[in-house]
Amino acid sequence: MSLLTVEDLVVDHRTPGRPAVRAVAGASLSVAAGEVVGLVGESGCGKSTLARAVCGLVPAGGGTVSFEGGPVTPLGLRRRDRALTKIQMVFQDPYASLNPRRRVGAQIADGLATAGDRETTAGGMLERVGLPARMAERYPHEFSGGQRQRIAIARALAARPSLLIGDEPISALDASAQAQVATLMRNLAVESGAGLLFISHDLSVVRLIADRIAVMYLGKIVETGPTAEIWADPRHPYTQALLRAIPEPDGLGRLPEELPGDVPDPADPPPGCRFHPRCPVAMDVCAEKEPAFGPVSCWLHPPA
Amino acid sequence: MTANDQRDAAPVLSVEGLTVSIGEHEILRGVDLVLTPGRVHGLAGESGSGKTMTGLAALGLLPHGARAGGRILLDGRDLLALSQRDLNAIRGREIAMVFQDPATSLHPMLTIGRQLTEHMRHHLRLGKAEARARAIGLLGQVRIPGPAAAIDRYPHQFSGGMRQRIAIAIALACGPKVLIADEPTTALDVTVQAGVLRLLRSLCDDLGLAVLLVTHDLGVMSAVADEVSVMREGLVLETGPRGRVLREPEHPYTRALLDALPREGSATPTDAPPKDGSDALPGEGSDALPREGS
Ligand SMILES: Nc1ncnc2c1ncn2[C@@H]1O[C@H](COP(=O)(O)OP(=O)(O)OP(=O)(O)O)[C@@H](O)[C@H]1O
Ligand SMILES: Nc1ncnc2c1ncn2[C@@H]1O[C@H](COP(=O)(O)OP(=O)(O)OP(=O)(O)O)[C@@H](O)[C@H]1O
Ligand code: SF4
Ligand SMILES: [Mg+2]
Ligand SMILES: [Mg+2]
Repeated sequence: MSLLTVEDLVVDHRTPGRPAVRAVAGASLSVAAGEVVGLVGESGCGKSTLARAVCGLVPAGGGTVSFEGGPVTPLGLRRRDRALTKIQMVFQDPYASLNPRRRVGAQIADGLATAGDRETTAGGMLERVGLPARMAERYPHEFSGGQRQRIAIARALAARPSLLIGDEPISALDASAQAQVATLMRNLAVESGAGLLFISHDLSVVRLIADRIAVMYLGKIVETGPTAEIWADPRHPYTQALLRAIPEPDGLGRLPEELPGDVPDPADPPPGCRFHPRCPVAMDVCAEKEPAFGPVSCWLHPPA
Repeated sequence: MTANDQRDAAPVLSVEGLTVSIGEHEILRGVDLVLTPGRVHGLAGESGSGKTMTGLAALGLLPHGARAGGRILLDGRDLLALSQRDLNAIRGREIAMVFQDPATSLHPMLTIGRQLTEHMRHHLRLGKAEARARAIGLLGQVRIPGPAAAIDRYPHQFSGGMRQRIAIAIALACGPKVLIADEPTTALDVTVQAGVLRLLRSLCDDLGLAVLLVTHDLGVMSAVADEVSVMREGLVLETGPRGRVLREPEHPYTRALLDALPREGSATPTDAPPKDGSDALPGEGSDALPREGS
């Protein structure tokens, strides 16, 4: 059974006096216990909004989110803490995960207390993510960007979640530390039977730790599949463009290809296939009818 | 290529023997870096090695209680010796920074239009309408969709990656000579990243901007940097032309960074958690990578 199931999720951001921004426009996704799912996609396509809806931090405008068999409904912040400590999120901006006015050790200890863990110390958690235990005495601003991210991860892991969501959790670490910390997150999640939804722009790290990949474009999941398969044979033209744009550290000074055309505005999405204005292989049907099917939402790959 | 023509151009910014300490803690232990107009100098290195601190020092934005030594010469003036007042006139106008955390670059309560135009009106003495038009142009340049409407929105109404591009637009607002970009593309997906890298490259090639690009992504480094420096524990370990450093690294730490990249056909990751103390303070025993001589 799925630990987390997201079906046709719609989330709108509303600002008075402006058209609503449909950041998530009918996205479906699932994460099983002990599974790592990598969520990738263009900046602004709605990954963080989807993650926040899963945590109950923003209300769904349509569709359903269920976690351990029950629905996730947005609750007041204080009630959320008790009801949903089993979902922990490491936010994209580490300052959003950490309170600037409290020592990091105290914040990690809160997580341990939530989980009823009296054995592990805050310092011990810091050591697990590769920081000296003594740093527990410091405040968040006394750390470098990468160190802050490690602390946010330690705090989330301390609460022993059954679903861990990492929104760009390791973007500030150097290449070797990224591989280490991502692998650590994977191992801790998988060993304790938790699921991990890992949002990242770093495709090489996603490839390293994810069992499955979901590719998102403008509010929808456009391709899902086992990591190795997507890597070997990306089928959606957007996925293909994404994989092509990864710069190689070959020292040759080659600038990677950008996608042609403008980044679409989610307040005014194109009709038909949302990717059609930028798709190099678009056909007539693409501008008219939305390819509303999976696992590859593209008229070139209709379901069998 | 333009980049090559400028190889011998005079440096616009040189950092010489820069030291920074806070309390007992020596964060920078003698950093040397040279930035030349029209060239991108890439700065890589371990997390916590002092990359951000080097950039902050160049802008006179060190944290409270930090002591700096050495020299930072911008067109011959030593920035470490300038008064706050003189620094204020230079900051944003001649040298600008894009911060690692876009949250740090942007004021949450002001529209992005206000933040874009404020410096232009102050430093360049542009009128309101003129500044606004220029701001909309800049937002388009960094690929914000619907720039004419976006300009009146607040930072929280944009995604993380868009906020980072807006921060880049703000840094470029007054046409600085030197741009310090601290991990400017880590919050971006690779296709949008490609756009920002092309933008940075063209600003160098067309306008002669000198860029210090802090990035841990060696692929990004390889795509745009002309020179590459690698830092560890408050020191620059290795500096050289991009092709040389990335293809024939001299220092074992650089070699280890390149080897750490998951590549085509690489085996599954090791199960070992990181050893204690990676990112540790200088001199406190760092991560699992080889050190000099080991
Ligand atoms: N509070 C808000 N009000 C209005 N629009 C918003 C708000 N938050 C996000 N948006 C918009 O919703 C869309 C999706 O944003 P989201 O942060 O989910 O993207 P993302 O995929 O996480 O991007 P990134 O990779 O850059 O972090 C964007 O167009 C963004 O501008
Ligand atoms: N305000 C502060 N007080 C004390 N120490 C600090 C402060 N800010 C940073 N440091 C320390 O200075 C060192 C260098 O930090 P810096 O932010 O320059 O690292 P960095 O190379 O940019 O790392 P990252 O890649 O993780 O961003 C780190 O060990 C950090 O813990
Ligand atoms: S449906 Fe058409 S426009 Fe959309 S990705 Fe497929 S080919 Fe391209
Ligand atoms: Mg996001
Ligand atoms: Mg930094």
